[in-house]
Amino acid sequence: MYNLLKDDRGGQIFLVLLTFAAILVPILNLSTGVDNPFHVSTLTVTLVGKYLAFALLALSVDLVWGYMGILSLGHGAFFALGGYAMGMYLMLQIGDRGVYGNPDLPDFMVFLNLKELPWFWNGFDNFWYAMIMVALVPGLLAFVFGALAFRSRVTGVYLSIITQALTYALLLAFFRNELGLGGNNGLTDFKDILGFSLQADSTRIALFIASAIALGLGYLACRAIVVSRLGKVAVAIRDAEDRVRFIGYRVDRVKLAIFTFSAVLAGIAGALYVPQVGIINPGEFSPLKSIELVVWVAIGGRTTLYGAVLGAFIVNYSKTYLTGAAPEIWLFALGALFVLVTLYLPNGIVGLLKRRRVEA
Amino acid sequence: MSALDQVRQKFRRDQVFDVVNKQDYSHVDTSHGQILYVEDVSVSFDGFKAINELNFYIEVGELRCMIGPNGAGKTTMMDIITGKTQPDKGTVWFGQNINLLKMTEPEIAQAGVGRKFQKPTVFEYHNIFENLEMAMAGDKSVWSTFRAKLSSEQHDRITTVMDTIGLSEHAKQRAGALSHGQKQWLEIGMLLMQSPKLLLVDEPVAGMTHQEMDKTGELLTSLAGEHSVVVVEHDMDFVRSIANKVSVLHQGSILAEGTMDEVQNNQRVIEVYLGE
Repeated sequence: MYNLLKDDRGGQIFLVLLTFAAILVPILNLSTGVDNPFHVSTLTVTLVGKYLAFALLALSVDLVWGYMGILSLGHGAFFALGGYAMGMYLMLQIGDRGVYGNPDLPDFMVFLNLKELPWFWNGFDNFWYAMIMVALVPGLLAFVFGALAFRSRVTGVYLSIITQALTYALLLAFFRNELGLGGNNGLTDFKDILGFSLQADSTRIALFIASAIALGLGYLACRAIVVSRLGKVAVAIRDAEDRVRFIGYRVDRVKLAIFTFSAVLAGIAGALYVPQVGIINPGEFSPLKSIELVVWVAIGGRTTLYGAVLGAFIVNYSKTYLTGAAPEIWLFALGALFVLVTLYLPNGIVGLLKRRRVEA
Repeated sequence: MSALDQVRQKFRRDQVFDVVNKQDYSHVDTSHGQILYVEDVSVSFDGFKAINELNFYIEVGELRCMIGPNGAGKTTMMDIITGKTQPDKGTVWFGQNINLLKMTEPEIAQAGVGRKFQKPTVFEYHNIFENLEMAMAGDKSVWSTFRAKLSSEQHDRITTVMDTIGLSEHAKQRAGALSHGQKQWLEIGMLLMQSPKLLLVDEPVAGMTHQEMDKTGELLTSLAGEHSVVVVEHDMDFVRSIANKVSVLHQGSILAEGTMDEVQNNQRVIEVYLGE
């Protein structure tokens, strides 16, 4: 761990802050009264927990985009698939407490006149099985997709376009009721996780801490890749792909390994997101979402990892604030932020901070 | 060959499938003194014959210069040897036992063919040490690359190569900040790290000053002997200063072969270079 963070000042600061937040926020929520000025409301806990999941997602994008030059405009798909896997587990925990009171079938299936669970729902009542699927489904999709794309040497903007097509195709598929995943309403009305009520403060705090831990571990895992020789080769692929091939590396395999790992991270982020917001629907597959998360990384600063985390926090906090205070200007604000950062801060906000330090 | 014949070929009962019978790239059989056999190779792009019945052999430890006017097929020839382009016909063997046409670029590199590009291509974001570290021969599968740790011998090896290419003072400098000539040397250094048996060097002195050229010439001559080196170059003075054997490439085939003086006095070469 010392080696991972040796030359990573920003990462050290980030992990310290994350640890503090993971300890302090629960304490401030549980041990202070509502009228105490230091009180952190459960709403805020859940909100920050959601940002933590987004930050993990941003991390996975920075790994493939910043370090390997693959601009994926479909990473939202892996996030959503992880979210759906978690949602399916939560759905089966509802039991007979649904509107129709059917102990075996979720509400939407009763509504669609299904007689039994579709085959792929089998096993999802087991938490650990569902957790394996959270990593496996996005990972497998990324593996198959990547194996085809990287072997045929699809790169640059063409690759971006087909990742976009991938998420759009999934969007259309998940909108269909016949798929057996809730159609356009998605999965919602969750009651509890591992027997704990999702409405309880303690469960929300546990989810918050789990998100913080996942983000911290995800950060360290990305760092481990980035500082290894494999990480250097990934950057080399970004800068001079042919050269890497001619010094004897199987470029397609390097890309495939890192891309798949990144998709698994995105899936885990989705699984942490769903119980905190209480719904997963096909909207998460929308190409716009995937583009938005690329914007987070660009604003925060590429190729630093912690920049991606910062970007996810800044953009999503602004979004929460602005969509509450002045909903009509949010998209303009996001657009303006992106344009300004692209024009004046090619290395994002982190780049600005770094420049300051070099000048000082 | 008809489809049926192809199927028969694939399912011949006296041999096993290619996938089962993996080629062994670790050993290059050069017992007959030749390291590279290029025979009857032709390739055309949209009807234009870039390489036309090309034949040549490179001996072990030889330093061979290839010259020729623009469009003579020099770079295409390198593309074929390193697996980037598949020829329409012909054979390319590395030693007597390795068929290069069946291999991918990384496999060819692993087998021991190093290539320097026409435009110097180094990893600009990384420093010189890291550039050489990545190029180092060894297991380059994903997992071993992830787990790779630098041993002290490997460290020494990188330092030695940095000395050879004269860049040891710049070890921690980003490759992107190097001068054009230094980038060329770094790229040659990266080739050396691969411990190749055959080096293909495309225009090593393009854009260099005279001192840099002399230094590059020394470097390449010192490499011959231990490695076999093929240099493609435009600059006649440079070629004269390093070559003992020169091949002239014209319209995709070898026009003349011999010492620099022989080649320069060859009537056909004069015609090609000076026009009819």
